[in-house]
Formats: sequence, C-alpha cells, structure tokens
Amino acid sequence: MGMIIAALGSGLVFGLGLVISGMTQPSKVLGFLDVFGNWDPTLAIVMACALLVTAPGFALLRRRDASILGVALDWPTRRTIDPLLIGGAALFGIGWGLVGLCPGPALANLAGLSPKIFGFVVAMAIGAWGQDVLLGVRGSQPQPT
Amino acid sequence: MTSFDPISAALGGLLIGTGALLLMLFNGRIAGVSGIFADALDPQRTGRAWRVAFIIGLVAAPLLIAATGRGVPVADMPAWTVVIAGGLFVGFGTRLAAGCTSGHGVCGIARLSPRSLVATAVFMVSAAIVVAVSRHLLGAL
Repeated sequence: MGMIIAALGSGLVFGLGLVISGMTQPSKVLGFLDVFGNWDPTLAIVMACALLVTAPGFALLRRRDASILGVALDWPTRRTIDPLLIGGAALFGIGWGLVGLCPGPALANLAGLSPKIFGFVVAMAIGAWGQDVLLGVRGSQPQPT
Repeated sequence: MTSFDPISAALGGLLIGTGALLLMLFNGRIAGVSGIFADALDPQRTGRAWRVAFIIGLVAAPLLIAATGRGVPVADMPAWTVVIAGGLFVGFGTRLAAGCTSGHGVCGIARLSPRSLVATAVFMVSAAIVVAVSRHLLGAL
C-alpha cells in the first residue's frame, strides 16, 4: 500500500511540474524543437531545473541500500550504446517532433478528455506493444521483485 | 510563439525533478514514464499497481490545477493521421530505446549515464529535424 501511495504522490508532483512548466502544451515543446524558427527555450530551462534536483538527489540516494519503504534501489545498470538504443531514440524523436508530446505529457493530458489525446495514447500503447512483440521486452526496467 | 515564462518553467522543472526523486526515495524506481506506462499495460508484470498509481497521479495533476481556477489545459493537436503516426513512433521508439524524456532525459542524465546522454541527444536532434522539415520545408502541419 505504501508503494502505491508513494507512486501516486510522485506522479502527482511530477505531473504538476509538467503542467506548471507548460510542457503539457505541444506548442511549447515544438517551439523548443523549432531551432530554425522563433525558438522557445522553455524546455531547456525545465530540464535544467529538473536535473538540479535529480543530479544531487540521486547522488545522495546512491549511498542508501534501500528505499524509505525498504525495497532495493533499482538503478539501471546497462552501459552499452548499441544500434537499438540509437534507432529507438531516433524513432521516438520523429513522433515527438510530429506531435510535440512525449509519454509523460501525453498521459497528463488525458485529463482534458480530448479524443485526439486518447488516440495518441492508444497509438503509443500499440507502438510499445508492437516493439515488445517484434523484438522482445528490452528490459529497460529490471524485473520487479 | 507561445509566451515565454522562465519562472513557471523553473518551478515546473524543480517539481518534475522532485517527483522523480520521490519515486526513487520511496519505491526505489526510476521515473521513466514510457517504461512505467508500457509495463502497467503488461498483464505478465508484477508491480503494476504502483505504476498505475503513478499514472493516475500524472492525470490528477491538471485536474488539481483546474480546481484552482486555471481550467484544464487543452493540448493543441495536429490532424488525426499525424496524431496516430506520432503515437506509434513514440510508443515503439521509447520502448526500443528503453526510455524517453523522463527516464533518459531527467533521470539518466542526472546519473551521467552514457546511454541516456546519447539517447537524449539523438531524440532531440531527430525531433528538431522533423520540426524543421515540417515547418520550414513543407509548411506548417
């Protein structure tokens, strides 16, 4: 139960950040990606300020053996840069550039009950499922305990 | 161009980082939304409940802000064909790359993970090329 409440709270804080920063608006994201147009630096500031918290925060958490709720800290361990990583990132970028939505803002936008957002999220689920079927789960998140 | 508000951007960024930090502090997990989403939909996974809870938190955020009188923001979306194609690319690509803007961008760069640094650079350049082509070569979508 603790894990569920903590995840709910984490998602809420994360989502508030997305909305307040304007990152749930595709126009802001596309404005950042439009380097040959009227460039909007918002996304760079958002990411820098997020890293201002996660970089020192994760460095401190590295010293812990377990989380507050007593589960092991599940740090990613893979180090290899392979064609699948690069190809996947390039494909993701195509979709991101087409619509201006990545997974976090897409899910937060479900609150607006817009049919196109639901369509985008369903397509995202089909895309992820298709990848798993074609290539197998890549194990980005280690198997949960 | 939409109005540029550096204070909101900074505050929002700090909150995003805090949300990611909380998930590691309590649940011991990286806040990678693409992975959380895909794994929440996988019936063979254990630990789906906390993943669904995280997503509910994400969806609740705009509603909470709407309750303060700002209204639920409505995303401006392109034509249906572009929406569906974009969703398929995002879903497939983030799964293949094992992460998106949150997992690789916010969490991975914080850990100075070489994979995340490369992935973030690649998806940003790829997206910028798509925007450059669609807006400046083909005209506005």
